[in-house]
Amino acid sequence: MKRAINSFFCVAIFCFLNAAPVWANEAIPTETDPVAQKRAMELAAKLRCLVCQNQSIAESDAELAVDLRQQVREQIAEGKSDKEIIKFMTDRYGDFVLYQPPVKGTTIFLWAGPLILLLLGLVGMFFLLRKHAGKAGEATVPLTDAERARAAALLRERSDSEV
Amino acid sequence: MKRKLLLLIPLLVFVVLAGFFVVGLDRNPREIPSPLIGKPVPKFSLPTLSDENKIITEKDFAGQVWLLNVWASWCVSCRTEHPVLVENAELIGVPIIGLNYKDKRSDGVAWLARYGDPYSFSIVDADGRFGIDLGVYGVPETFLMDKQGVVRYKHTGPITIESLRAVIIPKIKELKEQ
Repeated sequence: MKRAINSFFCVAIFCFLNAAPVWANEAIPTETDPVAQKRAMELAAKLRCLVCQNQSIAESDAELAVDLRQQVREQIAEGKSDKEIIKFMTDRYGDFVLYQPPVKGTTIFLWAGPLILLLLGLVGMFFLLRKHAGKAGEATVPLTDAERARAAALLRERSDSEV
Repeated sequence: MKRKLLLLIPLLVFVVLAGFFVVGLDRNPREIPSPLIGKPVPKFSLPTLSDENKIITEKDFAGQVWLLNVWASWCVSCRTEHPVLVENAELIGVPIIGLNYKDKRSDGVAWLARYGDPYSFSIVDADGRFGIDLGVYGVPETFLMDKQGVVRYKHTGPITIESLRAVIIPKIKELKEQ
């Protein structure tokens, strides 16, 4: 029962989060064209709102975000490609407007960094494991007869005392 | 010995990270470098605030250094900036052009009448399109253009007397001498 209530709340919250996008009731020239509308949404989701920097212009209700969404829709209506629209934005607001920074000289460490760290980690792990593997090998030198006899005696003694 | 050196690695990592954080503390995340610097000011053709039939374009400023100050009557931090401009218009020594951004004409006129008018004149960008061309994202913003109409400097946020003295006026002098 408790579980059912929990999952009900999860679904309710999920529905709430997915509520109609904020621009649902703006004047939309692309409204009648579902394909263009979808493109506009996708583009807007890739562009950062510069006023509230942790939201995309699709999510933000800031006035600038409204204006920029309008720009996106108008340019789609004019037949511009996604690339041209992105360029329009970066020409004015810089790469900062993109959530996904382009790969170039100044961002190469950003892109390659995780891979470099992963490789360093793997190399480190390789050497560490090799070292330990060597030690483990030393430990498996077979017992001498005397040691074996002593071990057997110890084991016997222990099982006797437990009874 | 080698082992002991290896033990220093976490300390080194910490020092490097702390270094980044200390530098980051001092930087303003709201200040976004403008891609417009070094490029000609975007083309525009806008009416003035005092006369909607008078159209101004970027060509009207050929051969002179000028400041473009984006303002609006609804903009709260413009109030802190405005007295600095009013009091130092002469010291600035180049035309200051106001860009009345996404404002109602009557509100803009009333605002200047109330707080003073440091501008040679203001132009009106009612729908904010020129603002988008300039990459405006937080009013007030100020752009400095050289004699060829190339954007040389952008100041985001209210101009203070300190930023005026330390950065803007020296830059203006430099550009005037070119």
